[in-house]
Parts: sequence; C-alpha cells; structure tokens
Amino acid sequence: MKKYMIHLNSRRCIACHGCEVHCKANKNLPVGPFLCTIHCTPLQKVGGVPKTEITFSHCRHCEDPLCVPACPTNAMIQRDDGIVYVDAEKCIGCMACQKACPWEIPVQNPDTDKAVKCDMCMDRLDAGLKPACVTKCTTHALKLVTLECA
Amino acid sequence: MKKSVYSMCGMCTVRCPIRVESEDNQVTWIEGNPHLLAGALCAKGTAGIALLNDSQRPQQPLIRAGARGSGRWREATWDEALDYVADKLKAIKNQYGPESVVLSSRGGPWQGMYKAFIHAFGSPNYTNHDCTCGRNTHHASLSINGVGRKGFAYDIKNAKHLVLFGRDMFSALRIAENNQTLDMLEKGGRLTYVDVRQTMTGAKATRFFQVRPGTDYALALGVIHEVIKREYYDKGFIAQYVTGFEELCDFIEQYTPAWTAKQCGIKEKDLLAFVDEIGEDRPSVIFHPGWNLARYQDSFYASRAMHILNVLMGNIEMKGGLFIPKGASDCGKAGIRSIDCGKPDIRRGDGVGWKYNHFDKGPGLAHLFFENMLKEDPYPIKAWIAMRHDLCSGMPDPQAQKLALDKCDLLVSIDTNYSEFGWYSDVILPESTYLERDTPIVQQKGLKPRLSLRRKAVEPKYDTKANWEIFTELAARLDLEETFPFKSIEELWAWQLEPTGYTIADFEEKGFVELSDKDIFYDRDKLDGKFGTPSGKIEIVSEKLDQAGLVSLKPFEAPPAPEKGMLRLIYGKVAVHTQGHTTNNPMLSELMPTNTAWINTRQAKKLGVETGDLVEISSSDHSYNATVEALVTDHVHPEAVFVYHGFGKEIPRQTRSLHAGVSDQKLMIGKLDDWDQAGGGINLCQVFVHVKKSIRNTKRRVEL
Ligand code: SF4
Ligand code: SF4
Ligand code: SF4
Repeated sequence: MKKYMIHLNSRRCIACHGCEVHCKANKNLPVGPFLCTIHCTPLQKVGGVPKTEITFSHCRHCEDPLCVPACPTNAMIQRDDGIVYVDAEKCIGCMACQKACPWEIPVQNPDTDKAVKCDMCMDRLDAGLKPACVTKCTTHALKLVTLECA
Repeated sequence: MKKSVYSMCGMCTVRCPIRVESEDNQVTWIEGNPHLLAGALCAKGTAGIALLNDSQRPQQPLIRAGARGSGRWREATWDEALDYVADKLKAIKNQYGPESVVLSSRGGPWQGMYKAFIHAFGSPNYTNHDCTCGRNTHHASLSINGVGRKGFAYDIKNAKHLVLFGRDMFSALRIAENNQTLDMLEKGGRLTYVDVRQTMTGAKATRFFQVRPGTDYALALGVIHEVIKREYYDKGFIAQYVTGFEELCDFIEQYTPAWTAKQCGIKEKDLLAFVDEIGEDRPSVIFHPGWNLARYQDSFYASRAMHILNVLMGNIEMKGGLFIPKGASDCGKAGIRSIDCGKPDIRRGDGVGWKYNHFDKGPGLAHLFFENMLKEDPYPIKAWIAMRHDLCSGMPDPQAQKLALDKCDLLVSIDTNYSEFGWYSDVILPESTYLERDTPIVQQKGLKPRLSLRRKAVEPKYDTKANWEIFTELAARLDLEETFPFKSIEELWAWQLEPTGYTIADFEEKGFVELSDKDIFYDRDKLDGKFGTPSGKIEIVSEKLDQAGLVSLKPFEAPPAPEKGMLRLIYGKVAVHTQGHTTNNPMLSELMPTNTAWINTRQAKKLGVETGDLVEISSSDHSYNATVEALVTDHVHPEAVFVYHGFGKEIPRQTRSLHAGVSDQKLMIGKLDDWDQAGGGINLCQVFVHVKKSIRNTKRRVEL
C-alpha cells in the first residue's frame, strides 16, 4: 500500500506563496479558505545574515484522524492509502470536523457552505499526476514523497 | 470541450512559458511549460485565472462622460470608440502635425508593433516605462560595452558566486533565473546581497551587506579598489579587449576598504572577507549590473562600476559568467519578420537625440516630455496613447503629470485593467487578457535561442480585443494599412515565419521552436566587433560621455541624510504582486491586500511606534498622505522607510485595492524633474517623507 507525504525543502523555498494559490485555483476556492499555508519566522541573524525559517503546513492526514469519527454524516473519510478527505455529497457543513481537529484544518467553503480541506489532490494522484502545490511550486521545493507500506 | 495550449504568461513582464488547460471556454489549469519550467509557476501566474474572471476590469470600450478623472464613463461599441480616437487623432495631426502624438508602452517583446504604429502615423514620439526602471543600467552598459543591458545575459547556474546590489530576485521572480540561482547555491555557490533592508533574496544569501541608502556605488568602488590591489583581475582579457584600465587604477586608489566601510556603514573586515571570496571564486563571479536602478543620483555610475567588476573578472562569454545572447543568425538560420516602420525624421518631443545625445534614441525618456508639454517646446503635445503603461502609478508625482496631460486633447488607455492613467483618460480601449489573445511571434535570444508566441486559451469573456487587433483597426481608420495589412493573426504569423521555413504547426509540440539544440558560445579569443563602442573595445573611459560633458569615473558623493522628522522613502517588489497591475486581482489581493511601512527599530522607538500601529506618511509638501500599519524591524536602515510599490490606488471600480495602503509615487512630489543626467533614469529613491504615529490608533470608543 502507498502512503503519501508532502515535503518542503526549506532551503529552496522562497516563500513566494505560489503553492497557496495553486491549491486554491485547483480547488476553485473563493476568497476565504486556504488549504495550505506558508509561514516564515521573524528574521534572525545566522552567521551575519538575517534568515527566516519557512514551513509549509496542510492537513496532516493523521493515521488516527479525530475529524473522521466526529463527522455525524460519515462525510469525512480515510482512504486505504491514508488520505483523509471530505465527501461533499454527504457533508452538511456542521464543521464538527474542524472542532475535532487539533489544528482546525477543515474550513468552510463560503460558496458551498461545506467543509473543505487538503485531500492530497487525490483526483490528480489517481490520474498519475502530482498535487497542484507540488506540480507548480515555483522553485521545485515541494516534493511528493510516496512511502510503500506492506 | 477540453483543450490544452502552450502560451506565455502575461501576469508580469517576465512572460514565463506556460501551458493552459480549459474546458468549455473556462480556464481550469495553468502551469509552467513542462518542457522549460517543469511545471513551475508563481502565485501571479496562477492568479491569471482570477484576472480572466474578474468583473472589475473594463468590459467594453469606455468614453469619458464627465470631467477627467471623475469616473463617469459611457459604454461604447468598438466602432464608436475607435472612430472617436481616429477622428481626434486626424484632427490633431491636421492642426498640430503628427509629432504632437506620444505613444508609451511598458516595453517588452511586442513594442516594435506599437512603435511601428506611431511611426507610421508620422510621430517619432514612442516611449516606454524604462526611465523608472532599467535605463541607467542600459545606458551604463552602452557606455562601457557598446551594447545595451540586454546585450549580456548571465549563466548563473554555472557561476560560483552571484553578487546582487538591491536586485531582489526572489521577490521580482524570474522563475528560470530563480531556479538557476537555487541550483547554484545547492552546488555550494555563493550569493552576496546588498540592500538597505533584508529581503527574501538576502535571506537566501551567504553574505548580506545592509548598507546606508545611496551607497551602492561606494561599495562597488571599494570592491574594485581591493580587486585591483590584490590583482584579482584577468590581465589577458583586459589587455585584449579593454581600454581605460590605467585611468581606473589611478582613480580607484582613494577608495580604500576603510573608507568604503565608513561610507556604507558596514564592517571593513566583512568587505575584506568578501573580496577573499571573489579571489577564490573568480572568474565565475557574476556582478549583476542591476535591473531597476532608477534610484539614486549616481545609480548610473553604480551600474557602471558593477559592469567594470565583470570586466575585471574577465567573465565575459564563458560558462558561469556573462554571455552575449544569441539569435537566429548565430544558428545559421533566417530570422522572423516583424511589423516595423522607420522613425520619422522629426526631433523628439523629449529632447533625446538632439538635446541629449548620449541617450538611446529608441524609446527616449518618458519623463522628459512633461516639462516640454507645459512649455509647448519644441512643439505642443496634444495626444498621449498609453499601451498598458500606467504613467500615473509608475512615475513620480501623478498630479504634476496631470498638469501636463491637461494640455492634451486626447488621452487613450489601452489596457486589460483600469489604470490610474486610464481613469484620467478620455477613452479606455480594453485589451483582452493574455489568456484570451493571440500575439505575433517573437524571438527570445539566449544561449539556445527560441521562437515563441502567445496563444489564446479561451475566447474573450467580455467585449475586448487583442493588442494587434486594436492597432490594426486603428491603422485602417488612419490609412496606415501599409504597415498593418494583416486581416487575421494566421496571416500575420505566416508572413512572420515565411523566411524561416517554419510553420505555426511547429509550435504545437512544445509551444516554442528551438533554433539550436545546444548552447552557443562565441570564441572568447575572437570577440572583436562584439562591443559596439566607438573603439570596438570595452571602454572604461568613454569618449561619448566626455562629449556629453560627463565624466566616466565619477568621484563618490555621500548622499544627504534625512532632515529631522523625515525618512528616505525606499520602495520594492513583492513576489505576489506585479506592482499596481495586480493589487486588485481577486486572488492576489487576498494574499496581500495592502502594504505597510517598514521602520527601523531605533527610529520607531523615537516615534513611539510598534509593529501594527498606524503611521501617517506624508509627502514633503503634505499634499499627499496615507495611513498604514508600521512594521518595525532591525532589518531596514534607520534612515529609510520602506514600502512595497503598487498600492494606494484610487480607482473606485477596483474596490479591492481602492485606497489600500500608500502609494510611493504619490509621495514623490516634484520628483519628475529629479533624474540622472548621465543615465537618464529618474531618482526614485531621492525622496524624503514625513512619518509620524497616527492619531487613529486610539482605543477610545465613542460610537455606540
Ligand atoms: S510555491 Fe514553492 S517556493 Fe513558493 S512558497 Fe510554496 S513551497 Fe515555497
Ligand atoms: S483534518 Fe485534522 S484531524 Fe483530520 S486528518 Fe487532517 S490534520 Fe488530522
Ligand atoms: S495536496 Fe492539493 S489540496 Fe493539499 S495542499 Fe497541496 S494543492 Fe492543496
């Protein structure tokens, strides 16, 4: 079985925020929700050069996701390959998943009033492509890591 | 129906190669061309979809119905609007002569077409935005190398050390170049960054100099001094190709590391350590001569000094250095045809070519028109057509510009967006977005030259037209069909490609046609004739400058410090915006809706300001001011206040960006006339502004 992870090479990343927009555009999201974010720590001198630590965050696709059991309609689903996604057909927009998630990852899409979150771009993965954020990262700093599990 | 086309991005002027997918005339996916960029695209590139779908752009031609700038518009058909413009142009031509019409553009690979239009009309007055951008660098390169700033390109990937003076490349973003730089760093290469504040580029650097504003030139002089003293230069190259080296040695004597460190506010030992590195890394050290160096009174000389450093390295026409971009003829191939028309033999209205003989006559200098317009000297200017050029948000002091523009009977804006100039104009001719238009084919020079073009991904959403259509239709009304005879883009492409033997079908596979499959380098021992200077050599001392009454090796003069209560205004770029072009973009305005004022911690303390507090920034004469949040940091020089450019716009139909942030251009009162006499660029960083804590920080509550 496969498991997927997205890894940021922070030495290459230039915090251009491209990935955030690539993700939004691919999911056709309106103003409001972001499914991934780039964060820079305040500048601090390292060897005479003010540096920043850059991190990329998105849904952790937890092994034991708290969001899944919290959903009253079974709209939050964990696939065999570990991807946790929202079945929009079933979602009633109660946002119980958001409250259950330690990082409040699921957000409401104001266009549909339903929960939306990173689904690893599973439609793209299933079509043999890479996630939007990885495919279009300005500097190829984001990589899709595929772990083969027994 | 699903469709995929290769095209060129139009969100900034880098024009990265892209691939666009659409379904039922809706764009569904944009990525960097997989053959060239392996998919990479920046935020702006993806936000092209948002531009396309934005209802806050002009949707049909508009003719002014109220006073200029009042925002009262009448919707018009294309026929009506084009007839209106053509009739006015004809009347102006009859009464004042064709030279009384100016056409300005942003520049770029299609500017030949705009230039051809105005030349065919009979006016020599084509100009572009470069006086606020690369003119100093361009003229610096011309004076030394005899070729313009695009006469060299940089093989960063193979370099060992890249030195950038204020060229914040990881914010300006050229995806291919950025990846080359990151590759170089991954291979252990070094990046030295010089600026008055820290940037993303500086944060990636191996060495960072935070210098006093206006001392880039001093730093470059200090480096030249040490490089010469330690003999870190290529003697063979200098003997073969360079004149004026002796004069340089005499001149540079005085600029010691200790002097330099004092002027720039840096440590002498850091400067010496930097020169040690140059010694190790040469000749593969690239000193980027600057991009937007329309900054200080000596930016032209600073750029010359950076060019001189490259010459000293002897890094020209070699791997890991500078190279001369190659074109079709270097591949033994015939070039494409392009729409063209010779310049009418009339003196330019900006004085370039007769009053100022040391400047490139091509686009002249846009800012030199205004004073002449007011004086009607050498002749009146009665119409200004701006092709995607937003004078009023790109050049200083829009109110001063408007005084001169009021002398015109016709102001036309051809643009995809509303611009500040467009808002003040008489007619807006809406251009289709780059996703909705085909363009003529262009040649892209490089180590491996290519032919490329933009293909429409979808049909126009609104009643807009492509640039070539607009000019062709105007040309038909003005009897200029000889220059613009093409009835369709296919006809134009076929005519362009005819000498080359290629057809448009050859672009299908990858979106471009590669003219060479391997890198082309000239023989480094046979570069004679490649430098277009009077002597054919690289000239450190230029006779041409001499004739213009300018010195080649200018002594450094320290910039003035700000008066009490004032700071020097410094502007810059951010990765998520292309200046004012995108500040109203639905996706990008969400990422960054406004700008802030960066103030040094020490200064902020004096002003009683902390990060997040509102500060008032006012122009020197208090005729413009804006209130924005402060960002307090150690990483901006204490003499400076820094803001990102492109904000503070006042176009009511652009609700997202309306009054958001502060406009640097509007703070630049009287600065239209403050320009570099040697380089031609405007001194955009010689502006002092008042900064104080705003009264709006109150926590008191009076309203219910
Ligand atoms: S697109 Fe790539 S380089 Fe840009 S912020 Fe995201 S991870 Fe970093
Ligand atoms: S939404 Fe939260 S709880 Fe659910 S998988 Fe993602 S990170 Fe885990
Ligand atoms: S994997 Fe897809 S959904 Fe998840 S952050 Fe990246 S682009 Fe967004």
